[in-house]
Amino acid sequence: MRAVFERYLRSPAAVVGLGLLLLVIFMAATAGVFFPRDPLGLAGRPLQWPMEASAFPLGTDSSGRDIAAQIFHGARVSLLIGFFATSVAILIGIVVGAIAGYYGGIVDDVLMRITEAFQTLPNFLLLLVLVAVFGSTLWVVTLAIGIVSWPAPARLTRAEFMSLRGREFVQATRVLGLRDFQIIFREILPNALPPVIVYASVVMAVSILLESALAFLNLSDPNVASWGNLIGAGRGVLRTQWYVSAIPGVTIIITVLAVSLVGQGLNDALNPRLKKR
Amino acid sequence: MRILALAGRRLAASIPTLLILIAGLFLLLQLAPGDTVDAMLAQMGGGDAKMAAELRKFYGLDVGVAAQLARYLWRLVQFDLGFSAIYGKPVATVIWERLPATLLLMGSSLALALSGGMVLGVLAARRVNKWPDTLISTLGLLFYATPSFWFGLMGIVVFAVKLAWLPPGGFGTIGSGLTGIWHVLDIAKYLVLPTLTLGLIFLAIYLRIMRASMLEVMTLDYVKTARSKGLSETAIVVRHVLRNALLPVVTLVGLQAGTMLGGSVVVESVFALPGLGRLAYESVVQRDLNTLLGIVFVSALLVIFINFVVDLIYARLDPRISAETAGGRT
Amino acid sequence: MTPLLEIENLSVALPAGADRPLALDNVSLSLGPSEILCVVGESGSGKSMAANAVMGLLPQDVRPTQGRILLDGVDLLTMTEAQLRKVRGNRVAMIFQEPMTALNPLRTIGDQIGEMFREHTDLPRDSIREKVLALLDEVRIPDPAGAFAVYPHELSGGQRQRAMIAMALALEPKVLIADEPTTALDVTTQAQILKLIRDLQPKKGTAVLFITHDFGVVAEIANRIVVMQHGRVVETGAVAQVLHAPKHEYTKSLIAAVPPLTAPPPRMLSSEIALDIRAVSKTYRSGGFLGRRARITKALDDVSMQLPKGGTLGVVGESGSGKSTLAKAIVRLIAPDGGSIKLANLDLAKLRGSELRAASSKVQMVFQDPFASLNPRRKAGDLVAQGPIAHGVPRAQAMARAAELFALVGLDPSSIDRYPHEFSGGQRQRIGIARALAMRPHVLVADEPVSALDVSVQAQVLRLLVDLREKLGLSIVFITHDLRVAAQVCDRIVIMKDGRVVEAGITADVFGAPKHEYTRALLASIPGRKLLERQSS
Repeated sequence: MRAVFERYLRSPAAVVGLGLLLLVIFMAATAGVFFPRDPLGLAGRPLQWPMEASAFPLGTDSSGRDIAAQIFHGARVSLLIGFFATSVAILIGIVVGAIAGYYGGIVDDVLMRITEAFQTLPNFLLLLVLVAVFGSTLWVVTLAIGIVSWPAPARLTRAEFMSLRGREFVQATRVLGLRDFQIIFREILPNALPPVIVYASVVMAVSILLESALAFLNLSDPNVASWGNLIGAGRGVLRTQWYVSAIPGVTIIITVLAVSLVGQGLNDALNPRLKKR
Repeated sequence: MRILALAGRRLAASIPTLLILIAGLFLLLQLAPGDTVDAMLAQMGGGDAKMAAELRKFYGLDVGVAAQLARYLWRLVQFDLGFSAIYGKPVATVIWERLPATLLLMGSSLALALSGGMVLGVLAARRVNKWPDTLISTLGLLFYATPSFWFGLMGIVVFAVKLAWLPPGGFGTIGSGLTGIWHVLDIAKYLVLPTLTLGLIFLAIYLRIMRASMLEVMTLDYVKTARSKGLSETAIVVRHVLRNALLPVVTLVGLQAGTMLGGSVVVESVFALPGLGRLAYESVVQRDLNTLLGIVFVSALLVIFINFVVDLIYARLDPRISAETAGGRT
Repeated sequence: MTPLLEIENLSVALPAGADRPLALDNVSLSLGPSEILCVVGESGSGKSMAANAVMGLLPQDVRPTQGRILLDGVDLLTMTEAQLRKVRGNRVAMIFQEPMTALNPLRTIGDQIGEMFREHTDLPRDSIREKVLALLDEVRIPDPAGAFAVYPHELSGGQRQRAMIAMALALEPKVLIADEPTTALDVTTQAQILKLIRDLQPKKGTAVLFITHDFGVVAEIANRIVVMQHGRVVETGAVAQVLHAPKHEYTKSLIAAVPPLTAPPPRMLSSEIALDIRAVSKTYRSGGFLGRRARITKALDDVSMQLPKGGTLGVVGESGSGKSTLAKAIVRLIAPDGGSIKLANLDLAKLRGSELRAASSKVQMVFQDPFASLNPRRKAGDLVAQGPIAHGVPRAQAMARAAELFALVGLDPSSIDRYPHEFSGGQRQRIGIARALAMRPHVLVADEPVSALDVSVQAQVLRLLVDLREKLGLSIVFITHDLRVAAQVCDRIVIMKDGRVVEAGITADVFGAPKHEYTRALLASIPGRKLLERQSS
């Protein structure tokens, strides 16, 4: 474990990623301290450029809301949705992938047909349908993103299980008379987990992007400050006050970049063999 | 023949997938509060219960869910997607009108992403851990992390507003009366920004996979054999690495066809392109569930078709894929 | 006689953090024209590293620190990459251990052999094709025209290695480096490939540097021998001298570890049957969907055999013989289609679910690969205790028993807290044996238990199995591809081919008076028969 951490710190990109991620987490954690007021409430004169007024270092949007406050509170929403949607996707993915990969045969066929059905459907389109049906509250959006994101982790887990299932150490536990449940979760899963955990960073990055796209189209929860929402709100004044859309975009890039870099760093730290090339 | 048989079999295997998908979605939409008639009445500014009942009967919404599903599936077989109350036309017609813009956008984005991703991936892998690799990989990471709609908006600010090189949106100059090659060029101009916006994120993905795949193949035994034959590094890459490294990228194109189509929803909204994605967005906002379901169906068909083509290409590239090992690619 | 290839005082450094500083330590050897020089050593001896150094194909972070490699008097180590490319393939060619992975799966055989000519000569297409066909004929691939157009996966392992040899010899190189070229092949195929190299070598006038770990193979093919250990040359000499009058202790121990070919005197065996296998069959079907023709493989076809109580039954066969399927059927990793596998009154073939789990303690298995057969994330003690715990033994008791078992199989009982990767290959195999014994089985199925181990370790593990059989009254089913190994430990032998039993009997009878033609072919293919026979006489 310590060796993994040391290898992780040896990569500059991974360290930068970790730093950026800590920055975003810091913003989310201190949003209530620095900006105790409702970030969606009227704060001052609309469309003030950044640094124009000292009270609004990042300026105000066309409704007179403080952009800095929305950025800080938006970090909360992005991380929250990113984390929970990813957990949902990975959890479903692991269970489906583990069962399909371990048992194979008809069970695998059925589960894979369902997975393919989800993959045949453009994920953003399914997201639109889910939001159209169940409404746009924060929890619906989070769950919906999780639900459209599980097929890839499921395939990955399945592939790992299929290769591990035939390994001699797994056969050995079957010869010893262990139950399937024990074999799947205590023998195979710990060995199958590292690549899935690394892949979780990809799912999280995509989740954050999906939420921002949904919010940009005004289809996410309108009652919480979201970066995507702010970008959408800035569209109307894009020609002149482009900063309203530009600023939250940069924070999205930073967050997604941080998550990706941390994932890549983890991957290299967990697979030192690949790093050399 | 072997290739066609293989791809045909995979095509047949996608029929149950399609059925699961349509049935699932149809049932899901039953959970939606309010149906098309509610939406129409709301648009008309209200109406009485009798009128609503007549409308429901007209649109076939007055029978049970199972019967509606059966009726729907039967109509799908005949490619009848129903009638859009909002647009006042058959859904199939609405979709047909919107399909070209989306197909053009997807085609050009895929071409950009694939060619750019392959070239940059190969360049990065050939100079692994040197500055060209670092530069390309960093750019790739940035493209990957950029939300497409934001990239589009910034593109509009820079290239349409500040520099005035490209139009900010739309699909061809309205009322220009251009024909032939000039019409094509006109549309191409409108497609530059949307193509970049949709394509760059996929370019980043393909580039990363191509690079990793090249590095992986370079460690295999037969590359060592090629070296022991006295081939130069360039000859090794061209003759023994490229085609083998391309296989995972080809697989990914098939797997991500759906994601790309989903991405066009946002991009078409940003650039006001009259495509399928924008139609999907509009039908969600207007609660035109018939149209939404139709779009889902056509999108699924499109994804299945793309995967059919990908299968053909894959089987062409890899002689090990034979009729016996069909499905081994997944 | 001036040497063709001469390695002088070559040292090769490993990157920092490797288990030793030098992969090759002051290695000198010379290869004369038209001779076959065998470089022999166990894993980690540096023998493959030496071969790669000659080709200039060392891994990126491994560099020579001193010495010269002279080919016709010119130092290869001082050559530029462009100069080296003219040498590789053209004057020095190489064949590898795994013919499957050494050929590009996406290009045809003819294309890959022809590449040699396209790269190093200006021959026109037509004459390249003719030359390739002639080469394929020379390495005795049936139907050269057909083989020209197929992809590697469509050929058998032996034919792929023949294609590799054709490719390597295409330009009649002065030196052929063969890195364990027969290790991945079946014995009968191995014998054919060795004969092919022996026949072609004088014809082409090529000198061969033959890397191997097997003294049997050495006896078949070598003119001279170099023995390596830990990156150093410990002995060099002509074949007769090294094989029959070895000077160095290590050489002596390696030769002594080659299993003799005579069966031990037959023991008195109990007439009681520990495991009675009758008419077991298993058929695999693949495909059969939408016009695809179903392929039917009879992995086990009406297989019957009896294991006497306290005895060892050897099941010998090449790949595809069904011997591993049989092992899996006995421990019920797979369900046989028909027949019975009776342990006392219990028919293992018919058990399902919880009955099967309960019966599992009576028949246990030792696996082939000491690296793959232990879960890398569990401590050695846990691995041994895990079976009893799953069957309801309290943890403390199971762990105490694990420590006892460690002592029994010759491991330090205090090492139960270590992880598998901290043990050597032979030690891991002992952990695997302890894991099986923890269930107090009546029958032990050992599936190629020593084939992944170095010869010196093989002998130790085999001795342990025999000791345990005596001490614990075990009955053992011993699955192997190696007749030499079977001869050492088995009371009875069953020879399998294509899913069927072709011959069965007391070990001495099978060896002394083989009845079936296939058994005779197997015996004739054992490498180094002459050496073995002389040793045993």
